[in-house]
Amino acid sequence: MTAAAVVVPAAGSPPTKHPRHMLDLADWSAETIHALFDTTDVMAQVMTRTIKRVPALQGFTVGTLFYEDSTRTRLSFDRAARAQSADVISFAAGGSSVSKGESLKDTLKTIDAMKSDLYVVRHPAAGAPRQLARWTDAAIVNAGDGRRAHPTQALLDAYTFKTSFPGFAGFDGVRLAIVGDVAHSRVARSNVEAWTKLGAQVALCGPRTLLPDELGDRPGVTLTHRLEEAVEGAHAVMALRLQHERMACGLLPSLAEYRQRYQVTRAAMRLAHPDALVMHPGPMNRDVEIEGELADDPRSVIEAQVANGVPVRMAVLYTLLVGSR
Amino acid sequence: MTLHPKATLMDAQDLARALTRIAHEIIERNKGAASLALVGIHTRGVPMAERLADLIERFEGVRPLAGKLDITLYRDDLTEIALQPVVRRTEVPFDVSGMRIVLCDDVLYTGRTARAALDALVDMGRPGVIQYAVLVDRGHRELPIRADYVGKNVPTSRSEVVKVRLAEVDGVDGVDLLEQVDG
Repeated sequence: MTAAAVVVPAAGSPPTKHPRHMLDLADWSAETIHALFDTTDVMAQVMTRTIKRVPALQGFTVGTLFYEDSTRTRLSFDRAARAQSADVISFAAGGSSVSKGESLKDTLKTIDAMKSDLYVVRHPAAGAPRQLARWTDAAIVNAGDGRRAHPTQALLDAYTFKTSFPGFAGFDGVRLAIVGDVAHSRVARSNVEAWTKLGAQVALCGPRTLLPDELGDRPGVTLTHRLEEAVEGAHAVMALRLQHERMACGLLPSLAEYRQRYQVTRAAMRLAHPDALVMHPGPMNRDVEIEGELADDPRSVIEAQVANGVPVRMAVLYTLLVGSR
Repeated sequence: MTLHPKATLMDAQDLARALTRIAHEIIERNKGAASLALVGIHTRGVPMAERLADLIERFEGVRPLAGKLDITLYRDDLTEIALQPVVRRTEVPFDVSGMRIVLCDDVLYTGRTARAALDALVDMGRPGVIQYAVLVDRGHRELPIRADYVGKNVPTSRSEVVKVRLAEVDGVDGVDLLEQVDG
């Protein structure tokens, strides 16, 4: 028994048992997500101080392993690790030169020799982070795998919603509308997982070609092709980035038609709840999926989403690393 | 491993008297309550700081500032503990720079909590003076740290546990000595 265990007996709520990795929010209970949010509150407080650094993860090494371009997510994890005094090693794998399977394992073996305690992984193949978790003793955080999941983005979205209302009473009865290219969006999938688990209702909205039917089978989720129907009474409306490739491969007839029917606009927001928030996971195409003026409107929390990325990821790294050795 | 009660070190009245004496000593050492702030370390340091603030206000007519400090992110044993500690909010709603800060904690043992609390405080600014008040000093220091104000000095063995109870947290006031028994 260590001295500290005597000095600090468990007071208040007992420590929560959580999964060893952050691969998909399907593995995390509502209770463990709420515990993450409590830790995020403390981390957010650290980021408001003059000295934005605590020694909590001193001696730990975080490796960032990105097989897909990303600036904001990688920077956000980098900041989250360094703000807790962890060391960071970055591996940016050139997308085209990396073939899947064996080479992924070889890369991991090589970098594992450098002794990281946790890897933050982004990979174009769904399931790659889970596969990596089988090959290493380190903890794995999924920073986006294919269309499957982007759990920390969903956590920061839900956290941003929660902290935007003073005296927030919980997600029960909350309605979220997610609009756009749902089919190709891991952000949408992870948000469905997070928000429904916390008690909210999610309306998914997009053109037929970009809205997969199977997502509608989940309890708490509805599908609609009409923007007005999704937005009506919603407490938050999230516009998804529309990738121009979708037009090239024939999934969308024209950009003009998409704008006309699915652009989240100030006019559309009149149907939403009067206090409704506007969200976007970024990077955003102004005046494509979201009206430019609406992005800068007081109802927009897009900047808060980016800002909250750091404390949310701090909480994830802290939770997975502390007590792991 | 179980804990068996061994002795009562302080009852509610002893504890109240000790706090009253510490309040007087703080006033004396700091020549009043001007620019004085009491910062309690979670968990039981927090009500202890509040009580000392009440007493000092009663004696001096001026209420010192009070804050709460969670030192979890500053601990040096995070890799050794098996369970994830619960991180609580730090609430120090004033600028610590130039202040006379009295850190409050229930038990002084190895000194590692105090070390962590000093680091946490210094990251918030540059206090003028930091002093340290504890209800019980049980010895066995692992760091060169001592308290400025002590409720009671208790020689202990490492197999013993000092359990401080404060009504705000535990429903009752008192300090007990417990013995760890294997099995």
